Amino acid sequence: MKIIWLALRMLTREWRAGELRVLGLAVLIAVAALASVDGFSSRMRLALAQESNRLLGADLVVVSDQVPANSIIRRAQQDGLQTAQTAQFPSMATVGEVNRLAEIKAVSSGYPLRGQLRISDSPSAPDHPANGIPAPGSVWLEARLANALNASVGQTLQLGYAQFKVAAILTSEPDRGGDFFNLAPRLLMNATDLPTTGLIQLGSRVNYRLLVAGQGGALEKYRVWLTSHLAQGQRVLTVRDARPEIRNVLDKAERYLGLSVLLSVMLAAVAILLSSRHFLRRHLDACALMRCFGASQRTIVALYAVQIMVLGVLAAIAGMALGYAGQSVLAAMLGKLANLALPPADWLPFARAALAGMVLLAGFSLPTLFALRHIPALRILRRDDNGLNQMGVLIYLAGFAALSALLFWQVNDARLTLFALAGIAATLLVTALLSWLLVLAAGWLGLRMRHNVRQGLLNLRRRAGGSVIQIAAFTLGMLALLLLTVVRGDLLKDWHASLPANAPNRFIINIQPDQLGAVQTFFKTRQLTGITLHPMIRGRIAAINGRPFDPAQYQDMQTRRLAEREFNLSYSDQIPDDNTLVAGAGWQGAHAAPQFSVEQGIADKLHLKLGDSLSFDVAGTPVTARISSLRKVNWDSFQVNFFVLASPVLLQDTAASYITSFYLPTAQTGALNDMVKRFPNLTVIDVSAVLKTVQDMLDRVSAAVQFVFIFSLASGLVVLYAALAATRDERALETALWRVLGARRSQLLLAQSVEFALIGLFAGMLAAGGASLIGWLLSSQVFHLPYQFNPGMWLLAGGLGSTGVALAGMAGLWGISRVPPLQTLRAAM
Amino acid sequence: MSPDRNVIVQVKQLSRQVSLNDAALTILHPMSFEILRGESVAIIGASGSGKSTLLGLLAGLDLPSTGEVRIAGQSLSEFDEDGRAKLRGEMIGFVFQSFQLLPMLSALENVMLPLELNGASEARKRAQHWLARVGLGEREHHRASQLSGGEQQRVAIARAFAVNPALLLADEPTGNLDAETGARIIELLFELNREQGTTLILVTHDAQLAARCGRRLQLRAGQLDLAA
Repeated sequence: MKIIWLALRMLTREWRAGELRVLGLAVLIAVAALASVDGFSSRMRLALAQESNRLLGADLVVVSDQVPANSIIRRAQQDGLQTAQTAQFPSMATVGEVNRLAEIKAVSSGYPLRGQLRISDSPSAPDHPANGIPAPGSVWLEARLANALNASVGQTLQLGYAQFKVAAILTSEPDRGGDFFNLAPRLLMNATDLPTTGLIQLGSRVNYRLLVAGQGGALEKYRVWLTSHLAQGQRVLTVRDARPEIRNVLDKAERYLGLSVLLSVMLAAVAILLSSRHFLRRHLDACALMRCFGASQRTIVALYAVQIMVLGVLAAIAGMALGYAGQSVLAAMLGKLANLALPPADWLPFARAALAGMVLLAGFSLPTLFALRHIPALRILRRDDNGLNQMGVLIYLAGFAALSALLFWQVNDARLTLFALAGIAATLLVTALLSWLLVLAAGWLGLRMRHNVRQGLLNLRRRAGGSVIQIAAFTLGMLALLLLTVVRGDLLKDWHASLPANAPNRFIINIQPDQLGAVQTFFKTRQLTGITLHPMIRGRIAAINGRPFDPAQYQDMQTRRLAEREFNLSYSDQIPDDNTLVAGAGWQGAHAAPQFSVEQGIADKLHLKLGDSLSFDVAGTPVTARISSLRKVNWDSFQVNFFVLASPVLLQDTAASYITSFYLPTAQTGALNDMVKRFPNLTVIDVSAVLKTVQDMLDRVSAAVQFVFIFSLASGLVVLYAALAATRDERALETALWRVLGARRSQLLLAQSVEFALIGLFAGMLAAGGASLIGWLLSSQVFHLPYQFNPGMWLLAGGLGSTGVALAGMAGLWGISRVPPLQTLRAAM
Repeated sequence: MSPDRNVIVQVKQLSRQVSLNDAALTILHPMSFEILRGESVAIIGASGSGKSTLLGLLAGLDLPSTGEVRIAGQSLSEFDEDGRAKLRGEMIGFVFQSFQLLPMLSALENVMLPLELNGASEARKRAQHWLARVGLGEREHHRASQLSGGEQQRVAIARAFAVNPALLLADEPTGNLDAETGARIIELLFELNREQGTTLILVTHDAQLAARCGRRLQLRAGQLDLAA
């Protein structure tokens, strides 16, 4: 007990002396980074868990692209369950002269079965719970749509061939994703009005949902019954599957944010290692002295262990507080991604983060501490510097073990942990190796330079170990920042640049065969030429090589879902010019033999080969032919493309709707308004608006990641400081000796700044090299873009690195060169 | 157990060898002597004659190759490292050539440290008393690094006497000080030594300082020369 009090008193003295601040800061940052991200994501997950049936609008939902069969609705009602139905599809809504793409949702009475709709009289008015659903003949608009259409409550709105009264502004809808998952704003209508709009026609992609709610037992019985009565293309969502898109994005964001956190934590670990080693090294004399005063080995280890752990606890508490602020910032940045009311933060992730910080601290500082036991008391009489040098390997192993445990705990996946660890180890190793080579090169160069610069270069070589650690730490920090800023920006720019200026910016879908001539004439009169209308026919795979097709054969859920879906098929006289044949041969002309051409990616996924016989079920009629070619398609081109293309004889007699994409100059926007007025069933999709939404979402996520990278940057600075502090005593002594030998202050500063600038320059170069490599891999392997070498990044990284480190280093040493040399020398004796 | 309760340090056949590149190098040749309570003894000799090694052995900071050291009748070889540390804490005070104050602590905290480590009561009060006694009562909150060399050594002396040791070991206490300051430090050391009845063993190559001691042990290349 006495030891603890003594340790606490010593801690306050050490703190005042500034000895432990770096250590505390490193723990604080690690804890704050972990707590921010974990705190935020746990709030998101909590919200999902608490509100999942509200988010589903029901207890169970049957989703399909066909109207649900009466039999499954009847069965639910017989089981005493409530039901409601919705149909969802995009269409154009028009008020006066303005038209906008809207996400239409037609709902039956009783909707929603869970949660509630909220409406208001105007976008700015307070909302209130809605009583039921829109009355027949009326619609409710989301504020975003009302604003875009300049519509207010009471006005008339045209939807398809029918007219509606705008009756309310829709403010909240339980089973609605956040703003970012819905490219078009919502229009809610009564399902009984659907036929009069004439919007649902052949080829329309409609998402039908049967909502079911009721008591647990009956619901479970119904769910079991459903599994054997589902039609193809139908699937069941339960509360567990609510909002997969949010879970998906959350998973991705967590992984992305998690990596940034990991980087902060790693850097913090380096800082902890450096500063605890430095701290204990400075206390070797104190240890020996205490041995002289009669302290036992246990007492000494206990004294420092208690000090370090108490410091850790205090830093962790501060880290939790900072992490709490951090998660609020993240919630403000990303919370909008999901239309969720986030519950208050739970304490658990904060406690976990604090514990993680303590594990790091223990892993990286306690092994050094135990080495203190072997400090001989005789050291006090004979200053030989032994003791701390033999435990190098042990401490790195212990630290790495702590880091691995932490990683596994965070990721909870042994394979991923292993990969991440291997990645971290390899990165560190390569960085360290390259830094070491650079340090050697500097030494070689130093021998061939003039005096002051020579000293700087040689110093780098003399302190090789410290220099390598410093360079490696800065490299990692800068690499992360470059990836997030320069490389990300470059990739976006490259992607935009890869699109020609006249790339299609509008899609029109739902053109019916009887409108074909009129639409073409319309384009011609508006001088919009070269526009191809592609027929689109929906069909499901029925058999491959004569064997009935079973989507369950695919392990991957995504592939299975893809296989279950209806495909958009098309036919044409030849393979389009912008598609590249990768296997087999295409066809020419309207009378070519029956055959399919399949896009390579989907062929790989579904295990389809050249020569396979493929059968589609098209509105009940089988359509069968062999695959005569595989194609590569550039999906980013915004041209209309199809997974499966047929020769005309196969499909030309089948009922089709038509689709096209084209470039519409800004000046001609009015033309489209006229078109939608004339053909109200057409759906016009403004690609640039869609892109903008996607871009907004990307910006938001990357802003959040950049926010988390503030922690990495802070960790990097702490490492810088710790690394400088570790060599400060040595530098002070050196400086004093130089001065005794007659060096001027300017000479000292030059030599030191050359050394620091080189450390920063090397780190900048290595970081730029790493970022270029990763950028190249991303562009060539992931985005399939030609890589643009960015010399600016090298200049930026090298310049920032060398000036930044030189300034920071010089600031740290400024005082030293002013201390009278004798004072330093005496203190060092 | 020595029958003579007046003997505080008893050295029997003490020697120290180190191996350097597989060759044994003798730093101290076997020697025996006794030091009585209240005596002041100077260990003198040139650099490298083995003075500091002997002091280290007397304090139990190092172990002899042969022979033994008894402090107040207790053989240091009977204890393990922690046992020797405990004995030091109870009986021995130290003054070093390079002061060995902890730079981040204040003068007062430096004096308090050994008291706190030994769990002494009223550590602060006793430390304040001893600082006042060495004339630094006004400077107790100054950091060690803010004090002059002479002041630092006075703090070290306060620290050594604060634990009320039976034996005070001083290693070149004036080695880092100018003549005038050194002289004043010596005055203080002897004055307190007399006052407290402490046994004083000091290592020095300052003949003037050695002359003030009751007895001198001369070391020549690791051999004890009692003729001095």
